[in-house]
Amino acid sequence: MDKLLEPIIKALQEKFGSTLEEFRAEVHVFVKAEQIVEALILLRDEHQFELLSAMTASDYWPQQSPRFHVIYQLSSLAKNVTLQLRVPVNGDQPKVPTATRVYDVANWRERELLDMFGIEFEGHPDPRRILMPEGTEGHPLRKDFPLGYEEPQFTFNYEDIDLRKPYAKE
Amino acid sequence: MGVEQKLGNMGMVTTSLETAVNWARTGAMWPMLFGLACCAIEMMSAQASDYDMSRFGMELMRASPRQSDLMIVAGRVSKKMGPVLRRLYDQMPEPKWVIAMGDCASCGGVFNNYAIYQGVDEVVPVDVYVAGCPPRPEALIHGVLTVYEKVKAEKFKDLAKS
Repeated sequence: MDKLLEPIIKALQEKFGSTLEEFRAEVHVFVKAEQIVEALILLRDEHQFELLSAMTASDYWPQQSPRFHVIYQLSSLAKNVTLQLRVPVNGDQPKVPTATRVYDVANWRERELLDMFGIEFEGHPDPRRILMPEGTEGHPLRKDFPLGYEEPQFTFNYEDIDLRKPYAKE
Repeated sequence: MGVEQKLGNMGMVTTSLETAVNWARTGAMWPMLFGLACCAIEMMSAQASDYDMSRFGMELMRASPRQSDLMIVAGRVSKKMGPVLRRLYDQMPEPKWVIAMGDCASCGGVFNNYAIYQGVDEVVPVDVYVAGCPPRPEALIHGVLTVYEKVKAEKFKDLAKS
């Protein structure tokens, strides 16, 4: 772990009781959903993590029980370090407080997570779908969403696919 | 289509008139700019000087659907773009033809997922499919010439609605 990160990790562990995971040069800190806004404010104001470089989510169904991990990748330009915060969230009715008051860029990132995973963010000013068209049912990047909607076409199943395909009328 | 509805089957006069009308239609068929993705580059290069499409009547590409006869759907069509494509197709005046250029427009291409139509024929009726990823400009010109052959084979009695 980077020398500059150690006091920051210690401060996070004392204040929030979070666990730690390291993978090569990356440091992942697990935070609970209720604590995330406070943790982001602490990191932004006191430890100079000005930039929320990435905000995404991972679906670990069916292997792990808190199914989604919402991942916040923070970087500090002044100190040249990066840190990753992970928030494990349950599968049914996933809700996380919004990070838009802390970082403005989180606005569209949270809309993307709502669209792709179905994770709701409480207090978000504009919660609507951003990538898929309106009226889409389901959330495409979940592991139980079907991968494609048409099977690959070979000569033996061409007629079946042809009969079922919704061709356009004039 | 006034010409087709007024005449009917008058024998030799109809045949010569059909030839003349189809020759006029293929002589100056203007495509509509509908380059969506990578196939658009090959469409642009087919229109440019080395593989000139103006030799075949496609002097220029109109951006407005009201002034074009042929829609070359070049590239992948996503579910969000589908209604836009259909609206532009409906705004084109008859007679109109559609070329599905490339693998993504013909059958979904390499993308078999939640966001891309598996073939643009789910949105608009297609006349000619051009395969390739992307198709070479010569392949696109071959597709255009196939549309021309289709147009030259059109008869009035197939087109007259009443």
